[in-house]
Amino acid sequence: MELTYTPEQEAFRKEARTWLEANAPREKLPSFDTKEGFEAHREWEKKLHAGGFAMVPWPVEYGGRGANLLEWLIFEEEYYRAGAPGRVNQNGIFLLGPTIMEVGTPEQKKRFLPKMASSEEVWAQGWSEPNAGSDMANIQATAIKDGDHFVINGQKTWASRGAFAHWLFGMFRSDPDSSRHKGLTFILVPLDTPGITVRPIEKLNHKKAFAEVFFDDARVPIENQLGEEGKGWDVAMATAGFERGLMLRSPARFQDTARKLVELYKQTVASGVYVAPELRDTVARCWMDAEAYTLNTYQTVSRLLAGGKIGAEASLNKIFWSELDLKMHDTALKLLGHRAELLPGAPAAGDVGEWLDGYIFALAGPIYAGTNEIQRNIIAERILGMPRK
Amino acid sequence: MEFNFTEDQRLLQETVRDFLAGECPVEFVRGQWETETGRSPEFWAKLTEIGVPGLLVAEEHGGLGMNEIDFVLVLEEIGRAGLAEPVVPTAVVGVPLLRECGDDGFAKEWLAKIAAGEAIVAVGQPASPLVPEAHVADLLILRSGDALHAVPRAAARLTAQPSNDPSQRLFTVEFDAAGARVLARGADADRLEAAALDRGALACAAQQLGACDRLIAMSVDYTSQRKQFGVPIGSFQAVKHHLANLKVALEYARSHVERAAHSVAHGARTRSTDVSMAKIAAGQAALDAAEVSLQVHGALGYTWEQDLHVWMRRAWTLDLAWGSTAWHRARLQEALFDGGLPAESFGFSPRA
Repeated sequence: MELTYTPEQEAFRKEARTWLEANAPREKLPSFDTKEGFEAHREWEKKLHAGGFAMVPWPVEYGGRGANLLEWLIFEEEYYRAGAPGRVNQNGIFLLGPTIMEVGTPEQKKRFLPKMASSEEVWAQGWSEPNAGSDMANIQATAIKDGDHFVINGQKTWASRGAFAHWLFGMFRSDPDSSRHKGLTFILVPLDTPGITVRPIEKLNHKKAFAEVFFDDARVPIENQLGEEGKGWDVAMATAGFERGLMLRSPARFQDTARKLVELYKQTVASGVYVAPELRDTVARCWMDAEAYTLNTYQTVSRLLAGGKIGAEASLNKIFWSELDLKMHDTALKLLGHRAELLPGAPAAGDVGEWLDGYIFALAGPIYAGTNEIQRNIIAERILGMPRK
Repeated sequence: MEFNFTEDQRLLQETVRDFLAGECPVEFVRGQWETETGRSPEFWAKLTEIGVPGLLVAEEHGGLGMNEIDFVLVLEEIGRAGLAEPVVPTAVVGVPLLRECGDDGFAKEWLAKIAAGEAIVAVGQPASPLVPEAHVADLLILRSGDALHAVPRAAARLTAQPSNDPSQRLFTVEFDAAGARVLARGADADRLEAAALDRGALACAAQQLGACDRLIAMSVDYTSQRKQFGVPIGSFQAVKHHLANLKVALEYARSHVERAAHSVAHGARTRSTDVSMAKIAAGQAALDAAEVSLQVHGALGYTWEQDLHVWMRRAWTLDLAWGSTAWHRARLQEALFDGGLPAESFGFSPRA
């Protein structure tokens, strides 16, 4: 056990810090849940990519920097320290990218990864359907082969940033006689394909960013199939536990929120307004839990670098970070008192930072990427070995 | 940066786990409840054979020369087995305290005895008047005024304070400070006592992980066997989610404990805060496990006969030893809000 960084790691940190200090936007970009903000975030991604920091752990040939996961953690720490913008292509770079890296053909890697790394192409996720949420194996959208194309019909929904994205990845039923986990194929779909209608859905934050996507005889070339035909479920699951569990939410994000929460607590107490006494402990516990998530991630990364794997324990992560994030934002709103009900522009709001937006966003955490109820079932059945029936 | 145990450390853990599975089954633990002292010199001799009392003693004094990172894995196993022999006061707290007290001749003599299994040490705790296992100690290290004293048992007056956890024996102790050997005074005594508290708390936290894991395992077993409505009760989501929550709490507490072990072993400036976080997280995980395990065992868990309460009681009393969860919460809060002890985000800023 060695909990200090090597000189090379320290040098990398310094390099990342210097670059970010010089290049990260000083002003907060508009929300990437608006068209304007989406494009502003793509501009930022372009700059990040040109600086060589867009995808730190990816191979150089795909637009990365060939660093290992530890350096990725360091980069993330610096990224949040610099207050740099959220990653508009997170579904692509953190979820699909690693999957393509693992099961994609050489042509697919060459075709998709560099443009993903630069956010020239932004990806939306197409897992959920109206009748396939927690019960994802109930997917009904079909992709039937016709010559060198799949003909896609059906509906996907809750595609984050689907309103603006260029591509969608998802699972479709390629064998119409199949059911459940069998007969699904993982397909990469350009959203400008004729026959596709994207209908934005207004989210709880009042912004029209996620979308439902309708497919009406949309023809997609068969070379857009990722992994084997009919094995879509395995493709999705192979990496579900791996970098998804690790990369989607890096610990620096929560440490950053926790430090801001500690500051907010101190400022609120110093301002003389009433602070419920139990919040002192709640804030400390939040800070401590953000540390726990970080320590745990460093342990996971150390294990992976030593040749280990992540399996069902990704479900532990998902529960921990999503509930921590919600707790932190909920606590912040309690500290803000009456200001918590004001929108940031209201004259009496003062500097309420991003707590309200963050709270609304955090509310989604226990739902997306597999509800926490499903994660608890996975922990009970696959980690603890409790009976399914 | 490598946040992992070595193969040797894992091997040591397995050795101790196998040893305790064979030598310290629950029948042994419960048997000790009924004996006069609650302790077993024969068992201590066996622990000495595998090197536990002298784990932190330097090799030149007959010990294994290991550190707290090695020891947390051993302590987790001790917690899993529910063993309450005086490993913590003697080997985890007593050894470094003697080693660092500055009286080298005295320390050397006792360290050699401890490593040879010939001496047991009891240590007074800053946050509690109760001294565990004082009745079997050859040497007691106790605070009086601004000094830490080394007191032979014969010179101490013990009053038994029967505990809710029959695995441990507690005492209040009086002694005549005027005639006792002084180990350290003033700032030196404070420093030693602070380090002792952190080591004791770390040792409790590691045992709490083991106890928590054991309670989860017992509950998984029981709920997989017990049938109601024609199915194992462990197939119900209400039961599954209870136990899944414990598993989440356990694994994140483990990260805190393992980091705190590193901080103690290396004397990190964040040592005390790191230890407090470990004690809070592991203590809460074990207390939650005690409550939930009882719930899923139903009325059966509420009997004296069922073994569940061996670990429930360990969870309750370990929480109070070496600073309760409440005490450590207060210390963490001071560090974060009042400029008390140093608290730093791991990784975030390059560390000195």
